[in-house]
Amino acid sequence: MLRSDLAVIGGGPAGLAAAIEAAKRGCRATVVEMNHRAGGQLVKQIHKFFGSRERGAGKRGFALAEELAEEARRVGVEFLLDWEVFNIDGEQLRIDASHSQLKAPPEHSLGGIPQLSLTGSCHCREIAAKSIILATGAEENAIPFEGWTLPGVMGAGAAQTMANVWRVRPGHRVLMVGAGNVGLIVTYQLLQAGVDVAAIVEAAPGIGGYSVHAAKVRRAGVPVLLRHTVVSASGEDRVDEAIICRLDEEGREVEGSRKPLGVDTICIATGMRPNIRAAALAGCRLTYSKVLGGWLPSHNKWLETSCRGIYVAGDAAGIGEASTAIEEGKLAGICAAEALGHGSLKESSERSEITTQLRLLRGGIAEKVRHAKEEVMGTSEIRGGGHG
Amino acid sequence: MRPGGQDAGSNSQHLSVWRITEHPILGRLATGHRGVCFQFDGKAIHALEGEPIAAALAAAGIRVHRYSPSRLEPRGVFCGIGQCTDCAMIVNGVPNVRTCVTQVEEGMEVETQGVRDLGGTNAAV
Amino acid sequence: MLKKKLWVHQRSGAEGMDNGLEAAAEIGKPSSLFVARETQRPLAVIECWEEIPCNPCEVSCPQNAIHIGKDITAAPSLDVGKCVGCGLCIARCPGLAIFVVDFGYSDDNAAMSFPYEYLPVPRIDESVVAVDADGREVCEAKVLRVSNSGANDRTPVVTIAVAKQSAMAVRSFARRGGSDER
Repeated sequence: MLRSDLAVIGGGPAGLAAAIEAAKRGCRATVVEMNHRAGGQLVKQIHKFFGSRERGAGKRGFALAEELAEEARRVGVEFLLDWEVFNIDGEQLRIDASHSQLKAPPEHSLGGIPQLSLTGSCHCREIAAKSIILATGAEENAIPFEGWTLPGVMGAGAAQTMANVWRVRPGHRVLMVGAGNVGLIVTYQLLQAGVDVAAIVEAAPGIGGYSVHAAKVRRAGVPVLLRHTVVSASGEDRVDEAIICRLDEEGREVEGSRKPLGVDTICIATGMRPNIRAAALAGCRLTYSKVLGGWLPSHNKWLETSCRGIYVAGDAAGIGEASTAIEEGKLAGICAAEALGHGSLKESSERSEITTQLRLLRGGIAEKVRHAKEEVMGTSEIRGGGHG
Repeated sequence: MRPGGQDAGSNSQHLSVWRITEHPILGRLATGHRGVCFQFDGKAIHALEGEPIAAALAAAGIRVHRYSPSRLEPRGVFCGIGQCTDCAMIVNGVPNVRTCVTQVEEGMEVETQGVRDLGGTNAAV
Repeated sequence: MLKKKLWVHQRSGAEGMDNGLEAAAEIGKPSSLFVARETQRPLAVIECWEEIPCNPCEVSCPQNAIHIGKDITAAPSLDVGKCVGCGLCIARCPGLAIFVVDFGYSDDNAAMSFPYEYLPVPRIDESVVAVDADGREVCEAKVLRVSNSGANDRTPVVTIAVAKQSAMAVRSFARRGGSDER
């Protein structure tokens, strides 16, 4: 059994930022990450990030991921890479994890963890922590349509993973479903990968993403068809055609508007939802917020859930951006460390600086997110652990 | 290359038309990668060391990973990050392995899981 | 402001809507493209009007010609008196929303500089197809300059010569390197 002060589940931007803050305050922080490297979804983001220049805007996502991972190693964060959490006891703060790969795990990981003990044939291990941070990120939503199970139909994130991480083209010609930021950004990245995008269809009367993202793909000749949706996909062993149609003001198909598109790939970019599996396993109370993507663990302004000692940060606490994930991660790490007696409970200046930054990042175009977060935190009825 | 259809035979090298060898942001695909060879349904597939099984298959033009249990329909990569299990295959005799998050190894045996619908002539599954 | 935002959202993403100049006017920051044409001085054109928290453009300008301010969600505004059209902001904008236009380049042509993050990157003297905001062909254009130093962080900036009568509509040049060219 591995004993740690703070177990951080998920090694993406929120998890790394949390572990860094906790380790800097003298906690033993252990990041449990199911992939063989840390960085979460940042590792496949090849575009330059928005935000404040002073806080790293303008850097490409994968560069941010490397920086965070490097700083985590520098301040002594332990990493359990290739380990996937499959159970949490929310009262005892015990975690069960299994090794992700089909082979015996290495004796030592990056963090210098001593020899592992294996249970039976499934390579499992138990972690006992004094505090847990859930930084499990998000899952992609999908919309079903006839033929959507065919190979070639995939989440937009999957196409991004294939192109930017695997260095493999997901197809030659794509239909993108959804004109939110994910749909727009992934379309651009597919073009960069030498893949053609026949069209973006968006059921709503307007685009959901930033118009600067839309402008990039439009001037590359990709039509953005508003009030359109995908009807079906067909093909033998994979997609070779999609049918799209126009929608009327009630969202119903306009008769006679169906059009075939010769595509071998259909990417679905219809939103994200918080990944709440770990939170649900731990017994955290969940709350629903449409703006934040669906069900998420109820949490107070210090990101503590209804399970004492379990915090949540990043997309798992409500769909946002990498910048807000990092800020929430820092906040959760600080609060968790303080609650364990590392750092002063009265050290409010750092916490309020982060809170201010979060409010700023959720201003302007993201105002609805700010209101939604305030509502979740305000109605959580979770008493702070003395953070003041 | 015409969209659609498996391509296992012709693209057994890891640098196929599907591979992004030059990328405006990611640069040139490092050729120093050690090649790894594994078996897919009895055929040799070349892969890049450390990449997921699904990546090597996709680079070889293979997109069908399994056939669904009751309707015998083809399935392949959907989420790409180990959450949906649509990419599951039999690996070294172990079924239901998520090939998008499992790394290739020299000599691995990867098989299509489930059976294909051959127009009603299949035995019951 | 909500009504304006809705308008921008609705139109800016849609096929066939040239939103750049209209949207800018709508939010009270008329495009510097008009000033550039009138004065024939090289000027940046920043086509970014949503309240996104973002400020690398402001930080990048050595002339302090771009203003956003403390609340970084404000849309950027360009001081055309200070801007000298140096183009440093082009590669710095994460949204690739900035280009530079110089109507004074020659009698017939304007020089336009765009960010271009595709392969192959065109070379000097090559001919490219200048396109509008919908990617539709406007005219042929010759490549004058390609800048791609480390400071660009992999965003090459390509300067092309565009016939003056077409320049107002041009927003980039056609991407090459699609699947039919492999």
